[in-house]
Amino acid sequence: MSELHSETALDTAYVRTEMLPEQTPPVTVSGPIKWARENLFSSVWNALMTIISIYVIYVVLVAILPWMLNGIWDAGSLNECREIRDARGGSGEHGHDVACWAVLVDRWDQLMFGFYPSDLYWRPILALALFLTAIAPVLYDSLPRKMLILTALMPFLCFWLLWGGSIWTPIVVALGFVLGWAVVKFGEGTLGSMLATIGAILVPILFWMYLTGPLISGLHSILPIGIQAVESRAFGGFLLAFVIGASGIILSMPLGVILALGRQSDLFIINKCSVIFIEVIRGVPLIVWLFTAQLLLGYFLPPGSNFDLMVRVIIMVTLFSSAYIAEVIRGGLAALPRGQYEGADSLGLNYWQSMQLIILPQALKISIPGIVSSFIGLFKDTVLVVFIGLFDPIGFSNAIRADTDWNGIYWELFIFIGLCFFICCFGMSRYSQYLERKLATDHR
Amino acid sequence: MKKSVFLGTLAIAGAAAGYASAQDGGTLAQVQERGTLNCGVTTGLTGFAAPDANGEWQGFDVGVCRAVAAAVLGDPSAVEFVPTTGQTRFTALASGEIDLLARNTTWTFSRDVDLAFEFVGVNYYDGQGFMVPRELGVSSALELDGATVCIQTGTTTELNLADFFSSNNMSYEPVPIETNAEAQQQYLAGACDVYTTDASGLAATRATFEDPTAHVVLPEIVSKEPLGPLVRHGDNEWGDIVRWTLNALISAEELGVTSANVGEIGGTTENPEIRRLLGTEGELGAMLGLDADWAANAIAAGGNYGELFEGNIGEATPIGLARGLNAQWTDGGLLYSPPFR
Amino acid sequence: MATLTDPPQPSFHFSQLIYDTRYRSLTIQVVAFILIMWGLFELVTNAIQNLSALGKDFDFGFLGNRAGYDINQRLIEYSNDSTHGRAAFVGILNTLLVAFLGCVFATILGVIAGVLRLSKNWIVGRLMTVYVEGFRNIPLLLWIIVIFAVMTEGMPQPRDFRGEDAEASMILGQSVAVTNRGVYIPNVVFTRSLGGNEMSEAADGVPAAVIPAVSFGDWALFLVALIGGIVVSGIIGRWGKAKQEATGIRPPGLFWMRAASVVLPAALVLIALGVTLDYPELRGFNFTGGVHLRNSLIALWFALSLYTGAFIAEIVRAGIMSVSKGQTEASSALGMRASWTMNLVVLPQAMRVIIPPLISQYLNLTKNSSLALAVGYMDVRSTLGGITINQTGRELEGMLLLGAFYLATSLIISAVMNVYNNSVKLKER
Repeated sequence: MSELHSETALDTAYVRTEMLPEQTPPVTVSGPIKWARENLFSSVWNALMTIISIYVIYVVLVAILPWMLNGIWDAGSLNECREIRDARGGSGEHGHDVACWAVLVDRWDQLMFGFYPSDLYWRPILALALFLTAIAPVLYDSLPRKMLILTALMPFLCFWLLWGGSIWTPIVVALGFVLGWAVVKFGEGTLGSMLATIGAILVPILFWMYLTGPLISGLHSILPIGIQAVESRAFGGFLLAFVIGASGIILSMPLGVILALGRQSDLFIINKCSVIFIEVIRGVPLIVWLFTAQLLLGYFLPPGSNFDLMVRVIIMVTLFSSAYIAEVIRGGLAALPRGQYEGADSLGLNYWQSMQLIILPQALKISIPGIVSSFIGLFKDTVLVVFIGLFDPIGFSNAIRADTDWNGIYWELFIFIGLCFFICCFGMSRYSQYLERKLATDHR
Repeated sequence: MKKSVFLGTLAIAGAAAGYASAQDGGTLAQVQERGTLNCGVTTGLTGFAAPDANGEWQGFDVGVCRAVAAAVLGDPSAVEFVPTTGQTRFTALASGEIDLLARNTTWTFSRDVDLAFEFVGVNYYDGQGFMVPRELGVSSALELDGATVCIQTGTTTELNLADFFSSNNMSYEPVPIETNAEAQQQYLAGACDVYTTDASGLAATRATFEDPTAHVVLPEIVSKEPLGPLVRHGDNEWGDIVRWTLNALISAEELGVTSANVGEIGGTTENPEIRRLLGTEGELGAMLGLDADWAANAIAAGGNYGELFEGNIGEATPIGLARGLNAQWTDGGLLYSPPFR
Repeated sequence: MATLTDPPQPSFHFSQLIYDTRYRSLTIQVVAFILIMWGLFELVTNAIQNLSALGKDFDFGFLGNRAGYDINQRLIEYSNDSTHGRAAFVGILNTLLVAFLGCVFATILGVIAGVLRLSKNWIVGRLMTVYVEGFRNIPLLLWIIVIFAVMTEGMPQPRDFRGEDAEASMILGQSVAVTNRGVYIPNVVFTRSLGGNEMSEAADGVPAAVIPAVSFGDWALFLVALIGGIVVSGIIGRWGKAKQEATGIRPPGLFWMRAASVVLPAALVLIALGVTLDYPELRGFNFTGGVHLRNSLIALWFALSLYTGAFIAEIVRAGIMSVSKGQTEASSALGMRASWTMNLVVLPQAMRVIIPPLISQYLNLTKNSSLALAVGYMDVRSTLGGITINQTGRELEGMLLLGAFYLATSLIISAVMNVYNNSVKLKER
């Protein structure tokens, strides 16, 4: 071929003998223009969509950006904001030409911590850090398993940090769990697994009902270690949203597991009761449950007893989310291959052993994305407590607007609150998607 | 995790976060044992109750709470403010979550009798009014036929409104709104022609507008709204304390006792009523089961009625309410405290 | 150990209840049953004690008392002289209305956004991602408030429509007015109505009750005509198909015959009843006439649809991605267009994955409609669960009724959708 070529080259002068230098491809098929052609203008329809989209983005940005970026950060009240704006000459025909972000500076502490004493802000922050560290080993497999001890301790530590009071309260309550564990551990040989299980449930309950109170006060009088107690009424803003959301999810986990097992159970009564509980809770909106907590829970408690509103809300939210968690875990149980159940049976494990050792560890692991989604949902739903008079971020936005300094402020607060929620929830949903991808490859 | 975490939490909550078991003795004993007064207020109404930037509650209703706390506990700051909404306020009081509700609540027959509460007096005589933009050119509420009206839900306002329009054979379109702040927003945007609520609320709202002169409050007052603090039925001892604390504030203004002179006037004055009020003479405090200087403490907390009024909602404040019906009876108002003797 | 050598005893031992697996499950159930009953008993006795301590009784009689408050949006006759029970019913209808509208709109939005998110167009895909993530990660309550505020701030007031050089004007040939109090659209009225027509009264300056106060008989007649036409059309279609299969020739004009059989009877009924449109017009403070879709309805409807639509978009996207790529490639190999591939191959298969989570989204939307109180939409929570409870002090009864309503609605929706789900489910043998 090359021979032929070289021969013909001699007598045909119009044939090139040397290679042309490489040329850059035409602008239309390379670089940004190629990308734009392929991704934005590949057809008439696509081009139209692109133009419409760009127009929409343009309109939105023109409407919002100058207002946001020229915002005033340094003012003591809305009127001062208006004066600064007028002094800048930015006043147009509309009342709000620029944002008055100063309200966020002025009320930052309240939006974040509510009425929590300002010299104790380190406690919720530390509790949050502790919470994040403690759930890390649950969320990331690569971390050392020893950290799970911290996870088990975290609810008690966080409770103590947030509410304060005597250190003996969380320790004695935790002792109840240790007792329960001890009954299972040492009672199984002598009592048989059935009685040991019953004992593991009964002993801590009796302990909490009758011994906890005297024990706490006794220990406290011997060795008074404690930090300043904070009323739950002082909780507010995003702190409140976090506390309600996190305690709702943590407390509802065990209940959710039991309900999920109950719903899968062959025992007729237990099965039906679980189904009825789950369906009733899921069939009624959270806001109705919250009003129930506010208006009705007092009717169903023994006469004279009175929990404060936040505890009532946490109880209700726990019951509410346990029904959703139960459904998530049921999905996890159903997704396990049948062979796992049969394998556990063939090893001669009894029900609780097989659940504890074989089924639940796997089912819970594949349920984590669903649990995270439930948490996102619950966290977003905490804003509903505004309707029963708790000061969550939206509640504070109303209270702030009732102050003469900031009466009339509007968008700034809602944009800020929305942004905070977005950052938290978006982060969590990204994590849950990452986990889903990871788990999906595990099971192929 | 163990199965009974939930019950455990109940126990935790019960042990630490405010489980008040059944107690003998009335509200007074409970309040004294607890050391704080639980006082129900609004979640935020300009001038009447709202937290400021430091988280301190300020306002006219808040002043009543502080006065009661000062009278009972000697400390005006020993108050837990419990924000309540229009929906939740009565349950909070009935269930014992709060000891006293000072949340501009209208004294009506059914609330007093059917809901089993006891209104201890009136701290603000109000009435439902209408506010319209000036440019509408409306000068009377009778010209509002066919108008769209913003109202706050969960109040007596919506019942009064229905009565007013149907008795005048007019039609209207109600736009129910949950909070005052939201209703204000709707009204300013023109989503309703008229905003109706208590006249004090209208004035307070109007005062914070960018241009208050562009809005007029119509002359008609379509209802009587005596707003006052209330307690549960059946605990007359506690009811008396709140009632006479309020009366003490009102009498103090009538008698010229202010937060500035309350310290010395009891010793210097010859007026026997002042001496009885401030506990330098007689046994009034002991009859209530309180210290002799209960009323002096209440007055020292935030001043007498007049001082509370002027400091929170009076003409010197941005809200700028005139005393009107809420002047002393000697000045042509309705405030008339029974004598302290 | 001695028992091993003993002959098996037929008699029943108490310990068998615990150790014998034949009886153990029974024991557990009986114990559980007793515990649950005891718990319920405690709750009920506590409630009775607490009620009597407060001097209250348990009585639904308040539903028959005069309500005394007005409701702006009412699908049935209601005035402040009606009873609390009727107010609750008005609220129930309003809840169902917004839930139905929301479900329909959310499905449309969700399917469009889900498909567009997979679009090859980069900017459209990104825009849809922003939409989906934005709505999924911010509380619905905020969206409802924000959309409501945008509508009140962004739309013109009715008085802007007044005068020669009005700032705002009605659109679509002077028939639709978009104001910050809602949207006024023309209403269909019958001049030769069968029953009493309330709209004529509305034209006398009394604002139109709400969404049309229609005479039931007219619409019933219209519906009968329409359904009859559709049935006839079906019969014609079957006849045509049979003929085509028998002879191989499609009867000429079959499509037009079917179209006519649907349209003609309905149109005849409308003409016979003297149908006209009642246009909204500005009179006094507000527009009168026509149908007034209130801002609270629209804001709630949009917010619910946009919010749920974002979730449905994710479901649709997951459903489409679950259809294996081979299916798309095979249909391309058959020469189908992209739109045909989507409509005939991908979506029908994706439906099986989509439907179950879609049901729970519909349920969520219905429950979320209780957030209506943020914008003052008079749903059942605001009437029965709000004003009525507040005026009568009957929390226990009111909340029970409210809970029962939501529970019944949820169960009915999930039952209906499950029936549908079973009908489209892959029949495995």
